[in-house]
Amino acid sequence: MNHNLPVLVLAFPLLAAFAVNLLGKISKKHVAPWTLASLILSAGTSLWVLKDVLQNGKFSYTVGGWMAPYGIELVLDPLSALMLVMVSWVALIATFSALPSIKKEMPGREHLFFSLYLILICGMMGLVITGDAFNLYVLLEITSITTYGLIAMGKGRAPLSSFNYIIMGTIGACFYLLGVGYLYLLTGTLNMADIASRLPALYESPTVATAFCFLIVGVWIKMAFFPLHGWLPNAYTYAPKGASVLVAPLMTKVSVFLMIRIMFSIYSPEYDFLMHLGIKNLVVWAATIAIVGASLIALTQKDFLKMLSYIVVAEVGYMVGGVWLANQEGLTGAIFHILNDSLMTLCFFLVASAIAYRTGSSRIADFRGLFQKMPLTMLALSVGALSVVGVPPTCGFFSKWYLLLGGVEAGQWEFVAALIFSSIVNAVLFYRVFEVAFSHSEEEPSLKFENSRILETSPMMIPPLVVIPVVLLVIGLSAGPLVREVIRLAVPAL
Amino acid sequence: MDAWLFEIIGKFNYWIYVVLMMTGFYAMIRKNNLIKKLLGMNIFQTAIILLYISMGSKVGGKIPILDKEQALAGAVQVADVVNPLPHVLMLTAIVVSVSVTGVALAVALRIYKEYGSIDEDQILERIGKS
Repeated sequence: MNHNLPVLVLAFPLLAAFAVNLLGKISKKHVAPWTLASLILSAGTSLWVLKDVLQNGKFSYTVGGWMAPYGIELVLDPLSALMLVMVSWVALIATFSALPSIKKEMPGREHLFFSLYLILICGMMGLVITGDAFNLYVLLEITSITTYGLIAMGKGRAPLSSFNYIIMGTIGACFYLLGVGYLYLLTGTLNMADIASRLPALYESPTVATAFCFLIVGVWIKMAFFPLHGWLPNAYTYAPKGASVLVAPLMTKVSVFLMIRIMFSIYSPEYDFLMHLGIKNLVVWAATIAIVGASLIALTQKDFLKMLSYIVVAEVGYMVGGVWLANQEGLTGAIFHILNDSLMTLCFFLVASAIAYRTGSSRIADFRGLFQKMPLTMLALSVGALSVVGVPPTCGFFSKWYLLLGGVEAGQWEFVAALIFSSIVNAVLFYRVFEVAFSHSEEEPSLKFENSRILETSPMMIPPLVVIPVVLLVIGLSAGPLVREVIRLAVPAL
Repeated sequence: MDAWLFEIIGKFNYWIYVVLMMTGFYAMIRKNNLIKKLLGMNIFQTAIILLYISMGSKVGGKIPILDKEQALAGAVQVADVVNPLPHVLMLTAIVVSVSVTGVALAVALRIYKEYGSIDEDQILERIGKS
C-alpha cells in the first residue's frame, strides 16, 4: 500500500474545513467547490484503501512515526476500510442535498455550517480507523461537539433538543472514558491490540467486567439504543435539514461499529462475560424491546421526520440484536445492515430535505398531491420504503434475511418475531405516507408551493435522489458476491 | 469497624471520585435548571479527571522530569516517579470538557433568548402555548 493513503482520506475534509471557513468569509461562492472537491477526493481515496486492504490484508499506519503501542495507530482491516468507504460516500452524497438546503435555510452563514460539517465527517472517518482507545474518545467528542453545533443551528426547538443531546452525549462519552480508565488501570496501555493481548490473563477480575459495562453503555447512549434514545428524535427533527441528512445516516451506524470494535477488538469472544448465555439473551431481549417499542412509537407520529427518527431507533435495535446473537449469520447481517441502513436512512432524509425545500413542511398531512408535483422524489421514497420493509430485490431484504437466519440459529425466536413485526409496521407507516401523497390536491391545496417555477426541487438535489435508489437496488442484486467478497472478511472471527 | 475505616481512609481519593461522580450525575438527570445541569456535567467530568490522576500517583513519587545523565545511565527507578501519562490524557480531557461546556453555554444562551427562561419546565410550558 502507498503508505499515506489512510491519513489522506482524513486530511482532505479537515484542511478543506479551514479553507471553507476562511474563504467563505470573503465570498460564499467558495463554500460549495471546496466542500465537494475535498469530499470527492476523500471518497475516491477511501475506495483505493478498501481495494488495497481486500487484496493485501490488514494494514496498520503509525501516525507521525511513533510506533504502537506508544504512538497512535490507525488500523485498516476489512471492516474499518468498509466503514471508511461508507462514511466518505454517504457524506459526499448527502452534501449535494445539504448545500442547497443550507443556502436556503441560513443564508450568509453557510461557511460556518460547512466548516463544522467537514470536521464532523473527518471525526467520523477517524473514529472508524483509529486503533487507540483514548484517541477514540477524543474523536468521539469531536464528532459529538460538531453535531451539537450543527443541530443547534436549526430553528425553534433545535437549541433545546441540542442541549438535551449535549447532556446525554456527555454522559455517554464520560462512561466510555471511565471504561478506558479502568482498562488502563489494569493493563497500563491504551492501544486496542495491546489491551487485547494483555486482557485474557485478567478476565476473572470484576474490574474487567465493570470496564466492559461502562464502555458498552457509553456507546449505547451514543447510538440511541431504545431506552436511551430520548435525545435522538427531537434532535434529528429540528436540526437544519442539511445537518440531519448527514448525521442521521452515519452517527448511529458508526456507534454500532464502535460496539463491534469494543466487543471483538478490545475484548474477545473467549471472554466469558461477553459469551455468557444469560447476558447475551438479556441484550437480545433488550434489542427486541427496542425494535417493537420504537416501531410502535413511530406509528403515533404525525411528522415525517419524527417518524423517520423512530425508524432509525428501531433499526439500531436490529443491529445491536444482530451483533449480540454472536453467531456468524447474525454478525454478517448486522454489518451488512450497518451499510444498508445508512443508505436507506440517507435516502429518506434526502427525500425529506427535497420535500422541505419545495414545500417548507415535513408534516405528513401536508404531503397531498406530492406524487404529481414531485414524482422523482416520491419514486426514490418508494424504493427506500420497499427496502426498509424488506422486499427483495432491494438491499434491506438481504441484511434482514441474514439477521433472521442468525436469530433462528441462536434460537432467539422473540428477535425473529420482532424483525417481522417491524417490517409490517414499516409497511403500514409508508402506506399512510403514500396514501396522502397519492391523493389529489385540486380540491384542497394544502401544499404551499413556494416557488412554482422550480420543476421538482433544487437541481443540486436531483442527482442523489436518482443515485441512491439505484444503489439500493444494485446492492440488493449483488448481495451474494458482496457478502462473500467483502462482508464475510469484515466479520470478526468467532 | 477498623477494617471499614481503613477501606475508606486508605482509598479516600477513589471514594471522593465516586461521591463527586454521583453528585454530578444526579444534577444532570434531576435538575430542571439548564445551568445547574451544566454544573453537574462539569462535576461529573472533574470526577473522572480525579480518577485518572489517582491512577498515576505514587506515595513519595517525584515529578517525572528526568535528569539526562541519570536516565542515560539507566539509574532512574520507575517506582520513584509519578506516571505522567494520565496527566497528559487528562489535559486532553480538560480541553474536551471546556469545549463541550462552551458549546453548551452558547446553546443555553440561544434557548434563553428564544424562551426567556432557563428552567426546563417553564420552557416546555412556553413551547406548549405557542
